[in-house]
Parts: sequence; C-alpha cells; structure tokens
Amino acid sequence: MSAHRRLQGGHIDRCKRLTFHFDGRRLFGHPGDTLASALLASGIRVVGRSFKYHRPRGIMTAGPDEPSALVELRVGSRTEPNTKMTEVELYEGLQARSQNRWPSLKFDLMAVSGLFGNMISCGFYYKTFMWPASFWERFYEPLIRHAAGLGRATCLPDPDHYEAVHAHCDVLIVGSGPAGLAAARVAGEAGARVILCERDFLPGGGLLLDPAQEIWRKEMITALERIPDVQILLRTNVFGYYDHNLLGGVEQVSDHVPEPRPHAVRQRYRTFRARHVVLATGASERLIAFRGNDRPGVMMAGAALTYVHRFGIAPGKRAVVFTNNDSAYATAFALAAAGLDGVVLADVRRESRLAAKLRAHDVDVRLGVEVNGFGTDAVTLEAQSGGRNTVRADLLCVSGGWNPNVDLASQSGAKLTWDAALATFIPGAPAQAERSVGAAHGISGIGEAARDGLAAGLVAAKISGFGGGCLDFPLPALDGSCASIEPLWEVKTSGKAFVDLQHDVTANDIRQAHREGFSHIEHAKRYTTHSMATDQGKLGGLLGAAILAEARGETLEKVGLPTFRPYTKPAAIGALAGGATGKRFQPVRRTALHAWHLHNGAVMKPTGPWLRPFYYSAAAETGWAAVLREARGVRQSVGICDVSTLGKIDLQGPDAATFLDRLYINSLSPVAVGKCRYGLMLREDGIAFDDGTISRLDRDHFLVTTTTANAEAVLEHMEFYAQTVWPELDVSLCSVTDQWAQIAVAGPRSGMTLANAVEGLDLSNAAFGFMSVGEGRVAAIPVRVFRISFSGELAYEIAVPSRHALTVWQTILTAGQEFGIVPYGLEAMDLMRIEKGHVAGSELNGQTTAADLGMDRMMKSTGDFIGRVLSARPALADPSRPRLVGIRPIESGMPLRCGAHLMSKLGSGTSLGWITSVTQSIVLGHWIGLAMLENGVAMNGNTVYAVSHLHDETIEVVVSSPNHVDPENVRGRS
Amino acid sequence: MLLIHCPYCGARAQDEFHYRGDANVERPAPHAGQKAFYDFVYARDNPRGWHVEWWHHYAGCRRWVKIERNTVTHEIRTVKGPTQDTR
Repeated sequence: MSAHRRLQGGHIDRCKRLTFHFDGRRLFGHPGDTLASALLASGIRVVGRSFKYHRPRGIMTAGPDEPSALVELRVGSRTEPNTKMTEVELYEGLQARSQNRWPSLKFDLMAVSGLFGNMISCGFYYKTFMWPASFWERFYEPLIRHAAGLGRATCLPDPDHYEAVHAHCDVLIVGSGPAGLAAARVAGEAGARVILCERDFLPGGGLLLDPAQEIWRKEMITALERIPDVQILLRTNVFGYYDHNLLGGVEQVSDHVPEPRPHAVRQRYRTFRARHVVLATGASERLIAFRGNDRPGVMMAGAALTYVHRFGIAPGKRAVVFTNNDSAYATAFALAAAGLDGVVLADVRRESRLAAKLRAHDVDVRLGVEVNGFGTDAVTLEAQSGGRNTVRADLLCVSGGWNPNVDLASQSGAKLTWDAALATFIPGAPAQAERSVGAAHGISGIGEAARDGLAAGLVAAKISGFGGGCLDFPLPALDGSCASIEPLWEVKTSGKAFVDLQHDVTANDIRQAHREGFSHIEHAKRYTTHSMATDQGKLGGLLGAAILAEARGETLEKVGLPTFRPYTKPAAIGALAGGATGKRFQPVRRTALHAWHLHNGAVMKPTGPWLRPFYYSAAAETGWAAVLREARGVRQSVGICDVSTLGKIDLQGPDAATFLDRLYINSLSPVAVGKCRYGLMLREDGIAFDDGTISRLDRDHFLVTTTTANAEAVLEHMEFYAQTVWPELDVSLCSVTDQWAQIAVAGPRSGMTLANAVEGLDLSNAAFGFMSVGEGRVAAIPVRVFRISFSGELAYEIAVPSRHALTVWQTILTAGQEFGIVPYGLEAMDLMRIEKGHVAGSELNGQTTAADLGMDRMMKSTGDFIGRVLSARPALADPSRPRLVGIRPIESGMPLRCGAHLMSKLGSGTSLGWITSVTQSIVLGHWIGLAMLENGVAMNGNTVYAVSHLHDETIEVVVSSPNHVDPENVRGRS
Repeated sequence: MLLIHCPYCGARAQDEFHYRGDANVERPAPHAGQKAFYDFVYARDNPRGWHVEWWHHYAGCRRWVKIERNTVTHEIRTVKGPTQDTR
C-alpha cells in the first residue's frame, strides 16, 4: 500500500515537518499526525508481526481499538512497549521499533514454521501444563517466550514524575463528539461545574471526519472555552467507572513531547466525583471474520475515512469496501473523492438506497456480495447468487456495523440490552446518576447525537440544581434515518479468519473452545484469550460472542458479552501511583529528638512508620560492639533512651477506672493516684492484644501507654468500646502520642542522675518507690516522671511536652555526665528486655494467650473484661500449649537463631515450639533467648534441640525461666 | 469508592474510614456464656441487600458511625452516630 499525503484537507499542519525513526528508518510527518498516520503517509504497509503466528500485520484502525500496530516507543529508561501507534501523537525525534519479529520485519523466521502455530493452539496455557514439568522448564517455556509475546519493557527506573488530582464537579462528560460538546455547552451555560474529558489530542470525535462540520466544531469549542466553569481535559482517557459516581482517568500531559518539560509531570492520574455523568464515548466499528481479514491492507472503514478526512491521506491505491450497513458508503465516497481508481463497494445487503448516488461518483457498488478472502493485492468477491471474481486491491475496508462503547456504562452497573436493529448491545437503564448519549447509546447521525447530548446535558444540569440552560446555539442538521444493518459475522471458508488479531484468536479457536466445553462466554474468553488483549475486544469482542452463539445454537442476546472491567485502555502503573513513590510512598514519623540522634552518630532504623535510633556508633566501633557497649553502660551505670514512639492515650472521666478495668485483664481501679501498673489487654477472642503501663494522674485521669506497633489499633479499639459497647460510661479519651516526648533513664545511677536534674519531686525510694508517677520540673519545664523499668534496672521515664524535649534530654545528659551516661538505642533496649524476660512484639504475636505468656495470674477473678469469656475456651486454656520460657545454649559459645524450632530429640519431625527472641547477654556472657515451648513450665531444666532447617543448624539448648537476669526484681525496686 | 455522609463531618471519601462489620451484633452480658460470646465474635449473617455496619471515621472525627449499606448496589441509605437508632 503506497499511500500518499494529499495536498490539502485534514487537521494537519503542513507548514512544519517532523522527523522520526521507525526501525531505524528516518521518516517525516507533520504536527497533527499520529505515528500511524505518518507511517501510512510514508507508504509503510507492514508494521508488526502477530503474537502467535508471526503473520505480518498493518494498521487497521485509527484509535484505541487498534489490535496490530503496536510498537516499542522511545528508548532507554523511557522505553514503552506495546504502544498503539494509532494513539501516539507525533513529535520531533520520535523513535519507534516494530515488535515481535526475528530477525527482521520483512523476513521473520518464526512465520516459516507452521508447526509452531499448531503447538500453541487455543488453550495452550492449560494444556502445556499437563506435560512433564521438566519439559516445560527446559523446552516449551523458553521456546514460547522467544516466539510469542509482545514488546519488551525496560528494566531501568522511570525518570519521570507523576501526580494525582482529585476533582469534584456537577457534570462530568466523557467524550467530545457532537453529543459531548452539546451536553457540555448546555450544562455549562446553565451554570453547572462541568469537566469534559477527551482521550484524543483534538476535541470533536466524529466531527473530525466530516469537513462540513468543522465550523460548528470550532464554534462549540470556542464557546466552551469562554465558560469559566467548564474545564476541557484533552489527552485524558477515563478508564473506570466506580461506586457513587467516582470515575478514574489518566491525563497524558507530556507524552506528545520528546520528554517532559523541567518539573512537569509525564502523566496525571485523575479521579472525578460527579453529581451526574454523561457518557458520550462514541462507538467502535466491528470486524467481520473471513480468510485473510488480518492481512496488511485490511482497515476498518471508519478508520479509512479518518485517514482521508482528518489526516489527509489516501491510505491505498485501489480499494474494496466491504460492508453490511450504510456507514461505509461515506468511506467509499471519500476514497473515490481522494482520487483512488476503481473503488469497489461490496454490500452483503441486496438493496441499498445509497447505491445510485455512489455509482454516480464512479464507485462500483455490488449488492448481495461478500468478501471471502484477501490475498496478495487481491480480494475475492462472492455473490450470494453464485459467481466469484477477484478484484485487484491493496486496501480492503471493512465494516461489520458499530458497537456503542458501553464499557463505562456497564462498569457503572447499567445492564446492557440487545438492540436487534443495530445487532449489538446498548446501555440499559442507569444504575447510577449517568446517561449514555449519541453513538454510545446506539444513535447514528451527527445532528441526532448532538440533540441527544443536549437533552442529557439539560437533565444533568437540572439535577445538579441548575435549571434553565441557554439553548440558543445552532445544532447540526439531522442525518435522517438510515437503512438497517444486515448482521454478518463470518464468511466461512477454509483458512484463518481472525476474531482477535492481537492474541491471534481465530473463529475456529472459538468453536474449538465450545467443543471442549468452554461454552460460557467468560470461559471461552479465558480459554482462547479472546478479547483479553490491550484493545479489550473493541474490534472483535462481539464477533467472537456471535461465533460462540452460532456454535451453541443460541442467540447472541443470550450468550452476552464478558463483564466489562476497568481499565478501558491500558494505564501505566507509574501514573496510578501518582506522586506516592519512594520517600513519598508513606510519611515518615520522626520523634522530637530526631535531629539530636542524627548529630550524635545514631544509625536510624524504621519501625513501622517511625525512624528510631538502632544504636549510636562511636568511632572505630564495628558490628555489635556499640550495642554491647550501650547495654553495659546502662547495667553498670546509667543510660538514656528516646521512647517517644510509645502510644500514649489520655483518659478522663468519672468512669475512666471502670472502663480500664474492662479493657485490661488486671484490676486498675485500685491503683492509687500517683501510682502506675503494668497491664495486659486481650482481644475479645481471648488472644493477647497489647501491653503497657497505666498511670493514675488524678482520681478521674489516667495515662496509658501502648506498644509502638499497636498505638493506632489500641486507640481504635478503645474508641469502639467507649462509643458503641459501653456508651453509658462517662469517659473521654484522646491520643497524646505526638504531644508528649518520652525519655527513659535507666541504670543503677539513674536515680542519682535525675536527682541532679529534676526539681520539685522527691525521688527517694521511700517517697517515690517502684511504680510511682509524679510531676516535677527539669530546666524549669514541667515534666511527668514515671518510675517504671523495661530493662529491669532502677529506671525512670520522663514525659515532656514535645517542643521541650531537646532541652530536657540535654539537661539530663549533663546531669548524668559524672556517671558516664550513655545514650542507647533500640537494640540495646531489646537486649536488656530479653535478659529481663519482658515480652514484646515477637511474643505478643497474635497467637499467644495471657497464660502462654505466664500472665494468667494477673487475671482478675471477678468482673467483666474483654476476652475473659473466650480465653477460657478449652483449646486456649490447654496447659500443654506452648508457654513462654527462656533458653540458653549448652555450649556457651554458640549463637541462637530466632525462628528455630524446638525438638525433643535429633531428627524428630515434631516441633514443640519456636524461638521468639535472641540476644547476646552481657550479664551472662553468652547467647540467650525467649521461646514458646509446649509444657514450657514443666520443661524447666531440660535439654531440647533448636533446629533451623533454613540454616541447616542444630543446637542443644537448656530450658530456663524467661527471667534470665534478676528474677526476684531486686534491681528495679532498690 | 463510596462517598459517606458522616453525620459530624459531611460527605467524605471512603478512604477516611475503616470498616468493622455488622452493627447488629451486640456484646453479650458478661455472664452470657461462651456460646453467646462465640456468636458475638464469629457468627455473622452475610445478607444480600441492606446491611447495617460499623465504620470508623478515623481520618476525621474519630466517631464510629452506623451505616446502612446495600451490599449489592453499595447504595448508602442512612449514616447514624454510634448511639443513634438506624430506623
């Protein structure tokens, strides 16, 4: 097909020339071109090879329904495979490569092998898995991967930026054809906030194919641009229709330039929440199945019309137009007018009122005639009355009728209904506030569509509270009624007749699927992969369903179409992520002391959303040395640690104590003012949920802490019970996690350190014993002091309003200087709590009960609390359940591993439990651990094996109490 | 995505809320026994149609609200505060 650019006409800027490269060839086009139109104008006929059979393929369409003309666009990190060249706006320097050919587009070795095509017949995904697995890995998969498939994605990081915009509007209009423009104008002039989305880079839809409508199109767009509350978004495909009138789309902001301008985004993910939606999405032309309907030179009739009128191209030299409806007559007329010789129009219908008019323009109209094959520059025509002849042609335009683009309407919940006159499905009654208009609703004719859009725009504006729209603008003339379509799905002959070109699915594949039992439309779709490609069955979806219907001996109406799901067109994952990538994926939480940690050598570690000091690295320290130094510093003298990430909840009210009694397994109402208590809470199913300390600041005022990990979950849990289960309790609660920084000061000299720093509070053991809470001042700043200990040492926690955290921290550091105070991180804290036998996240893992953790004696014997009843279920109360124990290796130099299973004898297949936490004890000088072990208490003193199959390790360990250090808790109290 | 009309904050997008589930189940009296608590924690109807359920406006007023939602169409009929009747 040596097409050529005509001297005038179309939406092409012939004054400027753009250079681009296709498969290394330097070619030219103009602004206004797509890659497809520029290639056609350059006379390129074959643009790719097909997925399975490696058949040569050309450009079939002029839009998102394109199945064949896919390219790898751009180079390097911006390489974009499987891009439809019919949707690529041409720019200077564009580079594209054809796909799926080896070694070259012209000579493809894979196409030679007919055997290969038979091997990957329909259902091959399923059938090949039946073969021996070793065959699959060694032979079939590499072969199929090499031969089949589409373009290659780049492995380089995406250099571009994306963003998300969420918009609200009164009326969202999808599509800017005659119906969309009329709807937008009437709703906009009524005063509604209107957003009009057009996937194309030129607004107008079908108006672009009729030069006579150009004046009206321009007038409408000018008028819309003048209305302040009408926003027109070009290059914006609406891909999904979700609940409560939320729609999603992608705006291709910078895809039509070589690379985005500095600081500009490549694409913008958009959501729209609309009061009312007008779907003016147009219609897609459908293919007819016949031998050779995939060959280069076959083009949809509407696409050929587009290339003539919009792009000013004669897409061939000699053309045959094959149709079953009136619409293709315009194509035949346009081709003849464009100067093609001997245009033949083959209409399967025996009558046509348009025939005479067309014959007057030198078109050879043949009625009652089908195309039964397309070979090398030759179309075989067969008359229904008998008789066959061959016509020389390099362009075969096909129209099997039009399918309204119902994707979005169907996604919105509207049922599709069968329209016999159009032989297709149209949207039925709306399920949400939407209406399909124009061609999307099965209406033909530009004037007819504009009136339909206008009516819908009026209704949409009125529903949004804007009545009395201005109707004072002209509308295009009505087309008048057209003759009805004669449904034709397939011209049966031998040879391959395709229903899905992108996945190489033939009419016979559909019949085979039916024979093999995949007769439901959804099964046939998945078995053959029909309409699963990037064109989403726009070209051949209904055609495949029609062939299935015939095979089943049922009507197409009964067979139906597979479910329409987002996305109507492929969307880049990068666009959907918007700006939420890398550091912006999730906000990072930093404590008030973050900057100090960084300036003092802290190695920070993410724990959930928080960044916390892992340890503070001194010069020349390597590996674990810093952790051991910090822990030793605490045990021997004094250390300071930022524990601000603990969840903190403030509870107030006369019933606060009662509320806490019901939340925790232990009694909290007896706690005196100025005292605190450790508490454990269960879930309602009886499993341990979280632990922390409860401090009574006043009679009706408590402060509770939660673990860092569960801070949000515990707050939500408390709010649920306070608001919905026990609304009669007078209690208010609020998170104060961010408002208070908290500083742990631990070690035998912590009391002496704080005595130097805290004013207004007697810290003596007699006045401020273990588990006391009080208020004092540090550097004149009011603080709360808690005498609680996680390390097991004499220890305090100081709570200070966040903005004063640094002052208080530094004052304590100065006060502890004479004792060699050492800042310690998360790891030293973990080391010491394991030595002490305190539980943390590895033990409170959502599987353990209070009894498993050795805390069943804390449970109050009377009174209600969450989880009390179900924790008594037999399986949870079973004494042989794994219980918390301590372990240490028999051979004292051996390290332990978290996650190792405990077994009673070597080679046993039965696990008795697992190791939850391990560390190198500085007090004992060897590794220690905590573990969950069946009959744990009774096993004390016994030897078991810790087996890590992952590391192929087995270590003998002795079971002990979990309290490796100071089991009598002398240090904390002294 | 649903649009939820919070009685305290107005119309807000679904991602400001956490879903909890059936708001018709009531926590049994403390001595109602294991079966009653078992049903409270685990046994749920799975209705096709209208369903009253708890949602937490965690990114807003932090109220638990009772939403009457149609499980087939996602239509929301009423949104009430934690102690308001849904009827």
